[in-house]
Amino acid sequence: MTGRVQLAVIGAGPAGMAAAVEAANCGASVVLIDEQPAPGGQIYRAITSAARPGKAILGDDYENGAKLTDTLAASTVDHWTATTVWQVTPEREIYMTRDGASHRITADAIVIANGATERPMPFPGWTLPGVMTAGAGQILLKTAGLVPQAGLVLAGSGPLLFLIAAQYLRAGGAIEALVETTPRSNYRTALRHLPGALRTPGYLRKGLGLLAELRKHKVRHVKTATRLQAVGDGRLQALRFSRAGRQHEIACTTLMLHIGVVPNVQITRALNLPHDWDALQRCWRPRRDADGATELDGIFLAGDGAGIGGAVVAELEGRIAGLASARALGTLETGKAEARLAAERSRLAQEMAPRPFLDALYAPSPEFLAPPDDTIVCRCEEVTAGQIRSYVGLGCIGPNQTKSFGRSGMGPCQGRLCGLTVSEIIASETARPMAEVGYYRIRPPIKPVTLGELAALHDDQAAAADRSLENAS
Amino acid sequence: MHPDVIIIGGGLHGLSAALHLCRAGFRPLVLEKDYPGRHASGVNAGGVRRLGRHFAEVPLSVEALELWHQMPDLVDDDCGFSPCGQMLIAETDKELAGLKSRVRDLAKLGFDHEKIVDARQLRSIVPALSAHCAGGIWCAEDGAANPYRTVSAFHRKVLASGGRVEAETAVTGIKRAAGGWIVETTRGSHQAAVLVNTAGAWGGKVAQMIGDFAPVDPQAPMLMITERIEPFLTPVVGSAGRVLSFKQFDNGTVLIGGGHRGRAVPDDNITALDFTGLRTSAQTVRALFPQLAGLRIVRAWAGIEAVMPDAIPVIGPSVAEDNAFHAFGFSAHGFQLGPIVGRLIAELVDTGACSLPIEPFRINRFNDPATGLS
Repeated sequence: MTGRVQLAVIGAGPAGMAAAVEAANCGASVVLIDEQPAPGGQIYRAITSAARPGKAILGDDYENGAKLTDTLAASTVDHWTATTVWQVTPEREIYMTRDGASHRITADAIVIANGATERPMPFPGWTLPGVMTAGAGQILLKTAGLVPQAGLVLAGSGPLLFLIAAQYLRAGGAIEALVETTPRSNYRTALRHLPGALRTPGYLRKGLGLLAELRKHKVRHVKTATRLQAVGDGRLQALRFSRAGRQHEIACTTLMLHIGVVPNVQITRALNLPHDWDALQRCWRPRRDADGATELDGIFLAGDGAGIGGAVVAELEGRIAGLASARALGTLETGKAEARLAAERSRLAQEMAPRPFLDALYAPSPEFLAPPDDTIVCRCEEVTAGQIRSYVGLGCIGPNQTKSFGRSGMGPCQGRLCGLTVSEIIASETARPMAEVGYYRIRPPIKPVTLGELAALHDDQAAAADRSLENAS
Repeated sequence: MHPDVIIIGGGLHGLSAALHLCRAGFRPLVLEKDYPGRHASGVNAGGVRRLGRHFAEVPLSVEALELWHQMPDLVDDDCGFSPCGQMLIAETDKELAGLKSRVRDLAKLGFDHEKIVDARQLRSIVPALSAHCAGGIWCAEDGAANPYRTVSAFHRKVLASGGRVEAETAVTGIKRAAGGWIVETTRGSHQAAVLVNTAGAWGGKVAQMIGDFAPVDPQAPMLMITERIEPFLTPVVGSAGRVLSFKQFDNGTVLIGGGHRGRAVPDDNITALDFTGLRTSAQTVRALFPQLAGLRIVRAWAGIEAVMPDAIPVIGPSVAEDNAFHAFGFSAHGFQLGPIVGRLIAELVDTGACSLPIEPFRINRFNDPATGLS
């Protein structure tokens, strides 16, 4: 690892792979940095692994990832695997850990393509052993072919929930029930966006196909469930919920939750970039222009980390950021860049057409945005929604003060699992807009790094200081 | 009703001054540009330390510790203060000789709170420490407190005692008025007979508005906190030969600080970390507590601190104007002094005199490059 690179791309999902390949094909010298041992990101996780489940289980969309990994393998991109980025600075320094030591490099340009994270779905009992996110379940399926054979319930809403259900069924798994929490009112709101969505009908066709698969397997499909509660004595035993005024209970040993994904903003927050509140997707979006450029010179964004659009949108945004960064680095002529960018932007607009419909249909139910008092919100420090509300009563005006009142957001996850919820609760209690309430200040390292790894930080400048310290002690 | 004292800066020193003024019968108003404890007061390492202080600060620090031990009497809350002791370690005999000389000098001034310990005593108090250490200075009654809880307790007590605190109110101008001051802010103007400047890293700017000069260097001392581990350390540990402040909290997390500096941008409320400095901190911990190399750091941050060229604060009256007082520039070790300096400011406002020696902290000890005057 050398101290200076031309373009560093963070994240080897569809956006990062596309950005890296595009810029490299324009003549830029590119490193692609990713935490995983192989390319693919979350969506195409383990795509290059021989042990992954077949196409018949994971589907055609997943197989599309192989095209990207093939072009990556054929490119001049230098792919640093198993490398965890834990800090990026406005001066375009990147700090990362690999093989037990830390490294610092400086890049002339950076594309941040670190993807999405699952939206937390807090409700009473969601921290019981046996409850996990659907995304975590999908990782087990993609990397190890693991499928629960009995006692599995899926709950929440959103396309990924149906996809995972279908993948489990194809892999021979059994599903006790799929408990959907999409509020009835969402269907009405979504309807007005339907004509727009039909401009790119592929997404709707796939969704209907997944629902048909569930019906074919006679999976119990509960709709408009509310007031979810996971119960059990030290371990999950059942999911309780209300529907049409009646209480229901389904016995289960594994409960997988999903209510959509949101941009992972830890790096962009740590960079102090401005973030806008997206009222439809109910998430923060780091601000960027049509080319993915941020207000920081040479720092670009692409993919779900900048706003949720899915794998195909991420790939297009990656190409755009790759071209734009190559132009900024001078390896792609401005005139040529403009023509190619225009073509990619037009494809992007087409691909984004179904988004308003999907976002309206799968807008999360308010009961998970600001959950009941007895729900643990911050899992690291075990702070409940009721405690957050009590802090507001004591004069706590924002998410950063809740850290001081009760340590929420101060554990190893750095608020990734509670940040949105804490801000939503404060906004709702104080009747203020989210944009005003704001978000946690994110402190580096954005991924934990050990004292030993930090002590072994390598960089050219520090090498001299190192020697003098050794002489002194 | 008009306040009779306006305090600029809602950190621990401003709130402490407000509380002591309330107790003396005044009706102070605290103006805070962000929220109380947003900067150094709320995010520091929480050390409550007499150990190792500049000799000029020792009388204040000794008196302050009395107040820390009676904190519930002052603010109805113990502020998380735990008298867990503070240890300053010497790794070599040469370092230990330096510490012994310091303790002798301190004794000549009449202070005996710092005690020399040998290698054996050191290890009995800090068993986790690497075996090579030679000894140290031990202050058994010193300790640590929770900074934000402390600021919050003072804040609540000020409000309960008849004082006012206006958050998100930045001072934009200061003018003399008949019988006092007019302070203009982003939320209207206020008038009072007396002005107190406890604006921390912004203290130099406020001093300038009053007509005084103080060369404040805003700095960003960095801290790191680790994941939780089993209890292994009771006192706060510092080092004579290295930059270190080291403490394990009751919840198992470990705080690593001591003074490596990041970069402060006070105008934007921003600090940037310098990982080369944090790397040195990590190397220091690895050298003194080698068993911790695998411990994960979960967070690093820096506060914005006012550092003076001689590393001691400005405390006392304005030299340019009557009825104006300063307490800022605590140079990254003001937390422990908060309770006492507020009382001294209240004494100055009330009587014009002060019960402890503050002459070394006068604002006119610096040369003003603009006028050449001091």
